[in-house]
Amino acid sequence: MGRTTITTGTTTAMIIPMLDDFLVRAGLAAVGLSLATGPLGSFVIWRRMAYFGDATAHAAVLGVALALATDLPIGLGTLTVALAMAVTVAGLSARGWAMDTTLGVLAHSALAFGLVAVSFFPNVRTDLSAYLFGDILAVSRGDLALVWLGALAVLALLAWRWQRLLTATVSEDLAHAAGIRPDRERLVLVIALALVVAVALKIVGALLIAAMLIIPAAAARSFARTPEAMAALAIVIGAASGLGGLALSLWQDTPTGPSIIVVAAGLFALASLRQQN
Amino acid sequence: MSLPTPSLIAADHICIRFGADEVLHDISLTVQPGEIVTILGPNGSGKSTLLRALLGIVPAAEGRITRQPGLRIGYVPQKLTIDRTMPITVRRFLSLPSRVTDAQAEEALARTGMAGQGAEQMTTLSGGQLQRVLLARALLGRPQILMLDEPTSGLDQPGEAAFYRLIEEVRHETCAAVLMISHDLHVVMAASDRVICLNGHICCEGTPRVVSTAPEYRALFGLGTQGALALYRHEHDHAHEDGPHHHHHGHDHSHDHPHA
Repeated sequence: MGRTTITTGTTTAMIIPMLDDFLVRAGLAAVGLSLATGPLGSFVIWRRMAYFGDATAHAAVLGVALALATDLPIGLGTLTVALAMAVTVAGLSARGWAMDTTLGVLAHSALAFGLVAVSFFPNVRTDLSAYLFGDILAVSRGDLALVWLGALAVLALLAWRWQRLLTATVSEDLAHAAGIRPDRERLVLVIALALVVAVALKIVGALLIAAMLIIPAAAARSFARTPEAMAALAIVIGAASGLGGLALSLWQDTPTGPSIIVVAAGLFALASLRQQN
Repeated sequence: MSLPTPSLIAADHICIRFGADEVLHDISLTVQPGEIVTILGPNGSGKSTLLRALLGIVPAAEGRITRQPGLRIGYVPQKLTIDRTMPITVRRFLSLPSRVTDAQAEEALARTGMAGQGAEQMTTLSGGQLQRVLLARALLGRPQILMLDEPTSGLDQPGEAAFYRLIEEVRHETCAAVLMISHDLHVVMAASDRVICLNGHICCEGTPRVVSTAPEYRALFGLGTQGALALYRHEHDHAHEDGPHHHHHGHDHSHDHPHA
């Protein structure tokens, strides 16, 4: 018993100073984020919602602008706008609007409105590029806690609804017959997506969030035989991309967010080669 | 039919419209526990829509649908397209939405003629195999009613015969009701307790014997259905005896369906 306490104490004593290192925080943030983007990205692929993720992420920039203008926490601003965007799009598509058109209009308008709104606050203009491309090396302890909490919340939400989400994704008709409401499950995914966008904005930025959702899950596809295997493997590939991207960025002094996506794309290319064999 | 038995599912004067098009007009029907009811009708007569309305997928513009609370439905859709991006084995599919044990899954697969194929990917199955898997999944939910949309369209003739034997067996063992859509006249007549002829509205219904002699049925399906290749033609000139129906669809349905 005493021994366990000592061990735990030592571990804590080791981890806390490690968190002082910005690289360790960046690595942990990348791993935490992929816990959510792996399974959620798999759903984005299965349900062909890729553009939807993009739209929500672009809308988040408007959220940043509004938060800066009103002195509210950035996370709250992005979450609110991303959620509003996601629910609007889901609602419009349920009414039979052509999805790509609706998304094209809303996503790019939201991004443009965000950029224009920010121009009224000259002192924040430089800040904004951090939200477009992310700055994982600037992740604070508070950010790290937010990323992990957000990611674990999304993971818990998906795990709780997993069977229902999967049934509704396989066939809305079969879901209906089993007493599952597909529109409710769609809303669950949309909320999860808004949460992920809000916590990921700082790390990979609005322009690259969709890539982080899609590329690891797509790379996992060729190795998986079940949905669960694909989601789990997407987590592993996402985390590996995050750590690999950090390493690449250190080694070659490249921008970190794009470097993460470059590594993910490389892993995807390798996975595609394997599929052809 | 005794009235007081609580029906599993009932439609009360429902109308279904897609935009301005009325696809189904004034449909009333009930399914009682343990009976096999078949819906017959030409293409475009609204059979699948009726089934989907009973399941709550398609909303009814008028009328109401009542399902027994907590009714366990085993639905076998006409087709199922799983996106190729989703990896899923037959075994995993059988556990949606309720998880089943390996033994239960294997038993259901064996019953439907898919023994030992649990490791196959769903997206690689043929049409007939897919229908067997869908039926296996439906049976695993211990349904009180099976709702089958043209369940034998992907099966060869021995497969089809085995399929109807299995349905009969399941009904016998579990007292599950069966509501199915078919346009395969012979087998339907043999396997059903009750037949409903549908063509946008209910043309006639009753036991297979009664229906096969009804003028509405003859108008819909013609008389020469015994032949190996029966071309049926249907026009809207048949008379209705059951009250004030006035259907003058502005178009003429002419179907030439080769029936093998």
